[in-house]
Amino acid sequence: MAIIPLERKPLSLAERTYLPAILSGLKTTFARLLRPIETMEYPEQRPAIPPGYRGVPTLVKDPNGREKCVSCQLCEFVCPPKAIRITPGEIPADAPTAQVEKAPQAFDIDMLRCIYCGLCQEVCPEEAIFLQNQYSMSGYTRAEMVNHKDRLYELGGTLPDPHLKWDKKKAAAEHGNTH
Amino acid sequence: MIAPAKPELVTVNIDGKEIAVPKGMNVIEAARQVGVDVPHYCYHPKLTIVGNCRMCLIEMGMPAVDPATKAPVMDPATGKQKINWIPRPQIGCATNASAGLHIRTQTPQVKDCREGVMEFLLINHPLDCPICDQAGECKLQEQSTGYGRGYSRFIEQKNVKPKRTLLGPRVMLDDERCILCSRCIRFAKEIAKDDVLGFIDRGSYSTLTCYPGKKLENNYSLNTVDICPVGALTSTDFRFKMRVWFLKQTNSIDPESSVGANTVAWSREGVIYRLTPRRNDEVNDTWMADSGRVLYKAVTAADRLTAVKVNGADSALDIAVHAAGELFKSAAGAVAIVGSGRSSVEEQFLTKKLATALSASTHLVSRVGPGDKILVSADRNPNVRGALVTGLIPALPAAQLTALGAAIDAGKVKTIISVGEDLFAAGLNATQLAKVAVVYLGTQANATSEAAKVVLPTLTVFEKSGTFVNQQFRLQKFLKVVPGASGATDDLVVLAKLVAATGGTVPSDLNPLWKVLAAEVPALGPVTFANLPETGLLLDATPWAALPFVEGETLHFKPAAQPAAVTA
Repeated sequence: MAIIPLERKPLSLAERTYLPAILSGLKTTFARLLRPIETMEYPEQRPAIPPGYRGVPTLVKDPNGREKCVSCQLCEFVCPPKAIRITPGEIPADAPTAQVEKAPQAFDIDMLRCIYCGLCQEVCPEEAIFLQNQYSMSGYTRAEMVNHKDRLYELGGTLPDPHLKWDKKKAAAEHGNTH
Repeated sequence: MIAPAKPELVTVNIDGKEIAVPKGMNVIEAARQVGVDVPHYCYHPKLTIVGNCRMCLIEMGMPAVDPATKAPVMDPATGKQKINWIPRPQIGCATNASAGLHIRTQTPQVKDCREGVMEFLLINHPLDCPICDQAGECKLQEQSTGYGRGYSRFIEQKNVKPKRTLLGPRVMLDDERCILCSRCIRFAKEIAKDDVLGFIDRGSYSTLTCYPGKKLENNYSLNTVDICPVGALTSTDFRFKMRVWFLKQTNSIDPESSVGANTVAWSREGVIYRLTPRRNDEVNDTWMADSGRVLYKAVTAADRLTAVKVNGADSALDIAVHAAGELFKSAAGAVAIVGSGRSSVEEQFLTKKLATALSASTHLVSRVGPGDKILVSADRNPNVRGALVTGLIPALPAAQLTALGAAIDAGKVKTIISVGEDLFAAGLNATQLAKVAVVYLGTQANATSEAAKVVLPTLTVFEKSGTFVNQQFRLQKFLKVVPGASGATDDLVVLAKLVAATGGTVPSDLNPLWKVLAAEVPALGPVTFANLPETGLLLDATPWAALPFVEGETLHFKPAAQPAAVTA
């Protein structure tokens, strides 16, 4: 391609003083002072989160306080960036939720890897992992950005459970249709 | 040599495909040969047929013949012989191939039957898949996906049964998941010869249980876990450790005895989680002993050697090899090598090379225990025959290293190279060992590694590739399952470096090493590591046929000569 040299137009006197440009800028500034505020004072003010928002993945408990995760490791399997790492464990036979048999010993989600895709929530057969409204994660070290089990339950809290499948199982055993 | 009698072949027709199979062959197996899957639970190729799961229902027919004249009845529509189909379905596992047998597995009737059987099996089956160890390798999962109805009509309460019954020290029973296929019962009775399992009660009350006062604690109990088509029997060792879909399968060999049972090691990210048998109809069928399944624990055991040591102080591999070389020079002509029946063929070959380079005497430690006549033989070294084949030892090892002890006492041996063998356990005493300098190559710490001048940590059988020669003189290969422990070096590299310290050169990589092996060891002439079949290769055992091996009879093995008296 040919190069076409263009002559730059010389600035006029008014332009060389810069005053018209400064004044037009100040006009915008002062005009804004009188209008209502449109931005938000984050982090003191926070936006309303629409339903279906995919925030930080969290673990939840059922209304009776039982941890719902049974460490089936399907989320670990499905997680595209391999952010989830679970160490499965056994619930002792004398525990109140012994009928569930299995619970995670450790459950780590590396938030530096997580891409907030929500596949973990979709795949969970126990409805134990949810991407809730929390969207802001920060930390000073890489280790701080890994959410361990305690933190995941703290973030997740309790959600209503329409099934209570394991409670029904326990009730059936206690009811005595064990023959 | 007498060729085995050729089985009589008969032609059967499976879903319209004709195939010639041996007469009497099971229809499930015949269908497998034409690529037709007949779903089944209770049928197992190595156990007797009971036909109690009813999953393998098929339609069966025979060519029609006139009852009076025995002349074939032709079908005018097709011009072929008419097929008389049995109006009701038959079970495939108890149907044997006979001439002209016709099988249909894709008809609406068969589909209905499978859906019905699946529905009955799932009525009381708990929704345990998220917590069930069998998930991912569960026949019930696979076949309800493949052949099930896809929805449940059952609205009543499911049965509740005990979920944590310990049948034995290694096997846990979940009664709810059991589909009463009786594979475990037949295994215990027919293979393990320990008839402790059985069903009690009837109908939906039926329960698998042990005979009162007995436990499923024989050394083959974990095979019941392998053959359980559902998650009813689980291994207490593997229970809730890892989901199977994460695990990588690598072929390995059970090193606990000279049977050389074929195994699969299941690992994830450098950690082994379990060992299971791999089918080899010439060696171990589909079984292995429980005692061989825990050997992977040596990889991460607390006594694992991970630091090269010279005179008890941490060192580096090349410095230690140099120190060993100095020891060899100072004791020229007075070096002895204690090789190992646990080393691979390749390592034994390099040990032999090292012995030749040092003109050292070679010894082998014998390890003898009681054989169980199934899959643990009396010779607890996996590869004594490899030492014979490679020429490391000319004759079978003595029970104790008394000859070596006498040589030390006579002052003829100043330096001993021990390839993973504990010399104290093998019959040398502390006074004898104090007189010699020991170079120890091994994986686990023991009294000899404590006393050794030079310690060179090496790899366990799960961290390297190689071959063993089992009691049938079958050359079998094992592959590297997990990366080697930090600080440990491949045995072949260490041995090659030691040979180099004496001025020789030998390859330490398997493929170039096998070229040398094939050239120098007559019995291994046509073999390369890469083309060794997965089921192993039978070597010509004639040169060693007369040796008094200690093994007695085991599965698929009859000793050629009378076994020597057990001396240990």
